[in-house]
Amino acid sequence: MSILIDKNTRVMTQGITGKTGAFHTRLCRDYANGKAAFVAGVNPGKAGENFEGIPIYGTVREAKQQTGATVSVIYVPPPFAAGAIDEAVDAGLDLVICITEGVPVRDMVATRNRMRGKKTLLVGPNCPGVITPDEIKIGIMPGHIHKKGRIGVVSRSGTLTYEAVGQLMDLGLGQSTCVGIGGDPVNGLKHVDVMRMFNDDPETDAVIMVGEIGGDDEETCARWVKANMKKPVVGFIAGVTAPPGKRMGHAGAIISGGKGTATEKLAVMEECGIKVTRNPAEMAMLLKSVL
Amino acid sequence: MNVHEYQGKEILRKFGVATPRGVPCFSVAEADAAARQLGGKVWVVKAQIHAGGRGKGGGVKVAKSLQEVHDFASKILGMTLVTHQTGPQGRLVRRLLVEEGADIRKELYVGMVVDRGTQRVTLMASSEGGMEIEEVAATHPEKIHKVAIDPSAGLTDAQADDVARKIGVPEASIAQARKFMHGLYSAFVECDASLAEINPLIITGTGDVLALDAKLNFDSNALFRHPEIVAMRDLDEEDAAEIEASKYDLSYISLGGNIGCLVNGAGLAMATMDTIKLFGAEPANFLDVGGGATTQKVTEAFKLMLKNPAVKGILVNIFGGIMRCDTIAEGVIAAAKEVKLNVPLVVRMRGTNEELGKKALKDSGLPIISADNMADAAKKIVAAVSGKQGRPS
Repeated sequence: MSILIDKNTRVMTQGITGKTGAFHTRLCRDYANGKAAFVAGVNPGKAGENFEGIPIYGTVREAKQQTGATVSVIYVPPPFAAGAIDEAVDAGLDLVICITEGVPVRDMVATRNRMRGKKTLLVGPNCPGVITPDEIKIGIMPGHIHKKGRIGVVSRSGTLTYEAVGQLMDLGLGQSTCVGIGGDPVNGLKHVDVMRMFNDDPETDAVIMVGEIGGDDEETCARWVKANMKKPVVGFIAGVTAPPGKRMGHAGAIISGGKGTATEKLAVMEECGIKVTRNPAEMAMLLKSVL
Repeated sequence: MNVHEYQGKEILRKFGVATPRGVPCFSVAEADAAARQLGGKVWVVKAQIHAGGRGKGGGVKVAKSLQEVHDFASKILGMTLVTHQTGPQGRLVRRLLVEEGADIRKELYVGMVVDRGTQRVTLMASSEGGMEIEEVAATHPEKIHKVAIDPSAGLTDAQADDVARKIGVPEASIAQARKFMHGLYSAFVECDASLAEINPLIITGTGDVLALDAKLNFDSNALFRHPEIVAMRDLDEEDAAEIEASKYDLSYISLGGNIGCLVNGAGLAMATMDTIKLFGAEPANFLDVGGGATTQKVTEAFKLMLKNPAVKGILVNIFGGIMRCDTIAEGVIAAAKEVKLNVPLVVRMRGTNEELGKKALKDSGLPIISADNMADAAKKIVAAVSGKQGRPS
């Protein structure tokens, strides 16, 4: 098992014909069971055509009906990304993974509001995606640095997730699923949502949680872990040296009103029984120490 | 993106938010003319910089004659204003706002932000106007009232009236306060604001509700739909290196230390800075070269870091994913040659084509120090910098 996606997942790509969408669809198709998994593309202007053998449909609904795909990955440009999520939600997909970076917050506020009470889960936007190693990769992470195993990884940052995975591999530890939830202030799944899934997944033994400055999602997750988590969790928070009021790359990585500092987050995580390190080179070593 | 107070007020007025009458001025002569044009007996001369705490720093003065307007304008224009938000180096004042004086009976606070928890625009209001809201939040959290606004319904009259009463708006001014808050919410949503702060919102002697100050920030991801707001950008208020960086699609932030860092990915960049600090030094900058770093981008990144005279060493930390380590290595070599690098350079590479990248660095003949992991890299650059005081010129 794993969380969110596995070898039986069937995926459509919204924005399959754009430069980024085409490039990453190829890499995802070439990874593990990707050839069977990536079954459709969506582009209203190119319905009836195909992308290197993958059929293109005019709408998400049609792609779902024709292929049985229940998951979508979105690469469409920022002004249209929230609309693409809305379409996937309205078509009743199980999961939408939005890779697009730079989606206006106002659009996401409206989209998240429309999603209330709907069954569709959202990962992102502005995220690397989700991978269940040796089964399926949906997103822009390098597949070859991963291998199948029993450690869960959840993170707001792309390359810092790869860093954690790289360290795990050095210690011979594979991953059950790695989820990049993205760096935007208004997004889909939060740390706590992914942590719940890892807790329920019999094939995950322990979790690395990587956070960043800004907001209080890590604190919320830490409190949930204290009350509910049956598995060890270790953590790192990036941005101890980040100055307040400055947006550090990600739209959501900002200390505002004196809240969301790394030091504060680390303190809450420790209080809640999560082992933390201030040295990002030691994330995997710390995890190994709690197994 | 930030705008000046006078620009924020211009935007708010378009949405029916009342403010005192005022005129932006770029010279003392313009300030004189503005005061005469506004008329009345009391004026306020306000420094326009993108930082709070202007009053305490001496950048806001109440003038009781045209002569005083002239004197204050002469003094404030061209002054270096130091506030808790400008840092010790302060900020040169190049613009003024001359406003009619207001008869202040009550000072309140109203702000709006996008709350990450509720994923909604949240109205925050307090009876404690004129104070730093963070301070109120810390000492008297019960005096801050919050309303999460349903995006499909918008701010309702009942919500607006309730908040107005809670913060002590007199009954006779409730209708005006309601109009004020509706206007603020419309401006916030329609202009894609990320923060709006009216501190203070005042009730005048005649019961009018006015925005005496206005701070607006905008979502930079949404500026494509607001050319009129982009036109308000004041480059004098921004860091020159950060502006230069944005031309090359690099995300760069100047910091106070002496170790430049070049990293791919924002989270890894922050983590790299943190590691430098952990081993006893301070980063000179945050720099995310992004996912598609080309040789040109890496070269520009090096130039940018080296423009900072404080930089005594550079740490490059790359996790090659889709971007290959050998490509980055070529970029680093070309950049080091082009800028005639004369500070220690530590490179740590991991991921795709790692061995090829390391070999290219080694074969380049450049004095590049190679590192195995982030901690090793940080230790090496900190040691290299502390062993070498200053840069040979």
